[in-house]
Amino acid sequence: MLRFAMAALGAALLVRAEARAADSANPYGGNTDAVRAGRKLVARHCASCHGEDGRGGRSAPPLDSVAVRRAAAGDLFWLLTNGDLRAGMPSWSNLPDARRWQIVAFLQSPDPPPPAP
Amino acid sequence: MKLKLNFMFIILGGLAALPGGAGAETPYFVTYDHHLEEPGALEIAVNPVYAKQRGAGDFLAGWTEFEYGVKGWWTMEFYLTGQTTRLDSTLFTGTRWENRFRPLMREHRINPVLYVEIERINGADKIMRGVVGHDGEADHAEPNRDAREEIKNEIETKLILSSNFKGWNIAENLIAEKNLAETAWEFGYAVGISRPLALAARPDPCLLCPENFSAGVEVYGGLGTHEAFGFRDTSHYLGLLLAWDLPSGVALRVSPAFGLNDNSHRVLLRWGVSYEIPQFGRAVRRAFRGRP
Repeated sequence: MLRFAMAALGAALLVRAEARAADSANPYGGNTDAVRAGRKLVARHCASCHGEDGRGGRSAPPLDSVAVRRAAAGDLFWLLTNGDLRAGMPSWSNLPDARRWQIVAFLQSPDPPPPAP
Repeated sequence: MKLKLNFMFIILGGLAALPGGAGAETPYFVTYDHHLEEPGALEIAVNPVYAKQRGAGDFLAGWTEFEYGVKGWWTMEFYLTGQTTRLDSTLFTGTRWENRFRPLMREHRINPVLYVEIERINGADKIMRGVVGHDGEADHAEPNRDAREEIKNEIETKLILSSNFKGWNIAENLIAEKNLAETAWEFGYAVGISRPLALAARPDPCLLCPENFSAGVEVYGGLGTHEAFGFRDTSHYLGLLLAWDLPSGVALRVSPAFGLNDNSHRVLLRWGVSYEIPQFGRAVRRAFRGRP
């Protein structure tokens, strides 16, 4: 039940992303090194709330959901940049644009690489 | 020498192996940007400053800082401060309670943050967390036994403006501070610019790669009081900044700063170590509820 509620929250956050952000294409889309870098960044910055395996936590929606994989890359980038401060999702604008795109590349990768040793 | 190097690597290895996640730190010591602590995370930091002092002993002052993300738009900090002066004494100099609020919930070209701090410090406080009014090097030459007699209850407010542009952060702070026992408002400023040494992350984990370092410059100083506003009899500093963010949540920072006029200390050396504990608030709540 909790997992479903968190997934719904994640989908709702994505819907709220500004329409113009959806037009942005990921400059790192399909880049294997970027996907690996994204995995590393997710483990470093996101796992404490979203879970080590990205399956969501008590306060944060899962990252390995269909909604995330199907979302426009620009929407995810917008959400990472702005966060949802009222809902507890911080803004990650302190990470350079390139790293936020690398995170998006990993989240939308159809075949994520294994964790680095 | 070899023993020292081994010791250093053991310390660095230990820091790198600490559990925890990490935000991304900007290297500023005095300037604030608009990035707040993640909700529920606690950052503990120790930030000493060594100063060359004319007319009295050099001193080492410092603050221990507990920074907690209350909400995505609200960060609270508590400080304990102290100092030790050569050929004088060592003493605790006071406490500070700080709150920062983001009034706008989204990123803009310029992002404002409102800052309010309540301070209870004595006259021997030398941390120079901010420089305001006619603060100068001469204020720190007074012996500790005399300076500590003065107890100051102060309120400090800041308007923080901060922007991110192509990997750079540019932050401007306007400071207004008032001793509640006096009438005069004192003003100051801080301006900083910083950038990570690499914008994109490497695919593999690394400690010494450029993505974990950021560098910058900050300039800060006093602007007089509302009765005598301006640069006359004020002090100003230029600090070079370098920060190293370890993946474990530990961040190390260093900043040599140089006085820009005769009222300023000639040299300040700041350094700091911080460690972030993500989800600290949840762990505390769980502990009090008795759940595993």
